[in-house]
Amino acid sequence: MCGLGGIFNLTGKGISGRDITIMASMMKDRYDGRGGGFAAYGIYPKYREYYAFHLFFKDEEAKEVTEEFLKDRVAIIKDEEVPMRNIKEIPREQIVWRYFVEVPHKFKSKADYLKREQDYIIDTVFTINDEIDGAFVASSGKNMGVFKAAGMPQDVARLFKIEKYNAYSWITHGRFPTNTPGWWGGAHPFNILDWCVVHNGEISSYGTNRRYLESFGYKCRLLTDTEVVAYLFDLLVRKQKLSIKTAATALTPPFWSQIDRMPEPMKTKLTALRMTYAPAMLNGPFAIIVTNAETMIGLNDRIKLRPLMVGKREDFVYLASEEAAIREVSPELDRLWAPRAGNPVIARLNGDVKEEIIH
Amino acid sequence: MLQEFKKIIREEEDFVIIDAKGIYYRELNELINELILNGSKKFRILNVNGQRFIADGLRGGYYIEIYGTAGDDLGGFANGPTIVIHGDIQDGAGNTMNEGKIIVHGSGTDIIGHSMRGGKIFVKGEVGYRVGIHMKEYKEQIPVIVVGATAGDFLGEYMAGGRIIILGLEKRPEVEDIVGDWIGTGIHGGAIYIRGVITKDKLGYSANIKEIDENDRKIIEKNVREFCSYFGLDADEILKSKFTKIAPISRNPFAAMYSDSRENK
Repeated sequence: MCGLGGIFNLTGKGISGRDITIMASMMKDRYDGRGGGFAAYGIYPKYREYYAFHLFFKDEEAKEVTEEFLKDRVAIIKDEEVPMRNIKEIPREQIVWRYFVEVPHKFKSKADYLKREQDYIIDTVFTINDEIDGAFVASSGKNMGVFKAAGMPQDVARLFKIEKYNAYSWITHGRFPTNTPGWWGGAHPFNILDWCVVHNGEISSYGTNRRYLESFGYKCRLLTDTEVVAYLFDLLVRKQKLSIKTAATALTPPFWSQIDRMPEPMKTKLTALRMTYAPAMLNGPFAIIVTNAETMIGLNDRIKLRPLMVGKREDFVYLASEEAAIREVSPELDRLWAPRAGNPVIARLNGDVKEEIIH
Repeated sequence: MLQEFKKIIREEEDFVIIDAKGIYYRELNELINELILNGSKKFRILNVNGQRFIADGLRGGYYIEIYGTAGDDLGGFANGPTIVIHGDIQDGAGNTMNEGKIIVHGSGTDIIGHSMRGGKIFVKGEVGYRVGIHMKEYKEQIPVIVVGATAGDFLGEYMAGGRIIILGLEKRPEVEDIVGDWIGTGIHGGAIYIRGVITKDKLGYSANIKEIDENDRKIIEKNVREFCSYFGLDADEILKSKFTKIAPISRNPFAAMYSDSRENK
């Protein structure tokens, strides 16, 4: 089942972690305590220029090996333990450490340095996850972080003192693992750079999506279907520069029977998009929330086999698996609706929230 | 248990009033059951927000008013109660309901009336996907769903009986038609009535558009009048509209699929 939640402030105002924790705990019948997590944007303003690495280590040795590796690749501006409480509900299975890092200056002289820099960060993340035993990168974006563990989200919130962070964008997930193991790394959100995803359902196209992504150098190592969604957004939006709406259309395109009924030039355009991105199409039942530094996106599978609600109150946007989770933090809403299958709902920083009609 | 929840219960005329704020669904539903054992018949439940399974399996003519957002599977397997919701309902309300009424002043989401086998559901606002999935009927036991606004895709999916009426009285900006695509996919019994004209390309496999006869008109009129009586709407005005009837393409659309193939050659 799983429970998803998201809170986004359109003007970039900071929100305490309390509301997102309330949203998560309202959906406690949707998960079983084997995975819970949060992503928060805007939480490290002091280190906003640096990539913030949230790392999980099995033991001190994994930490030492990783730090040796990191020192060779990046400049570590600051590092510290991620503050945690001792709580009986979640035993400390991992050492959780954060590093604010900068990539070597040689990139700065290149014309497309940002893209090269980001590719270098991704490569660093994949190398750690792939090659260092007992080390795992939970998040790697700027001015943001992922906090997750094997536990109920409300306990994960206590574990990581989530209430102390102020973020303009929050997402949460309570997991009910069905196909893959419940462990700290397998909890949602999944992240690469500033992309995060939380997911309810199954990506049954995982095999196809994974092979497609691997042909672009992405490595799927987290024992879960969800991570492909984060990598697909990174590939389509950051690397190939599609708009978020077009990327979402490639992932959940209209059916051929619907395309056949469309007028030109829409018909030709969508035919081309579907054919080009056939291996990126997501199949199976899902509701997902995808975020980056500027955006929050809600998306359902094309025949809507999982729930997702959107609420708006003044400059706040709320997404959740259940209306009740939204009402608990914002009883009064200007609007509340369930987006149609395959239509992305996009909330943009300094913009508005809109359901894009692609179906 | 009643002692334990004394603070949140009070009586007013013949109603028992329960303040459900922050009460877990299991406790709320146990409390209702216990009050019923004590002879209570009418309930007004305040500050409901997401509690699941309210009024599930209740047998008899209880009257339950809910203020707030009722959680998943409201009135599941209910056999007789009338449930009035001043707010929205979530997924699966009326799941396998046998008798009784669910009257919703707000909107609903997916699989409302799932496997319903009797009783009626009236939703003033919109509903989501797969509403009326697996509805069925037996002799006089014919479930009915009436929706004031719009419905999503797969309306009446695998429907084996019952009646669904979609009025489309209001429409949110993102929605083009008052019903989604693939209406009546796998339908093999019952009927769906949609206000206005529906083209065949909106229909799912095994569904077809049928002529509306006198009997259909009676069904529409009776249920639209009842719907309007709950929400203070003008039934005569709505009944002036043309309706499209969607029903199974034939008496047994799946005969070839499930019987011995040799017989069907």
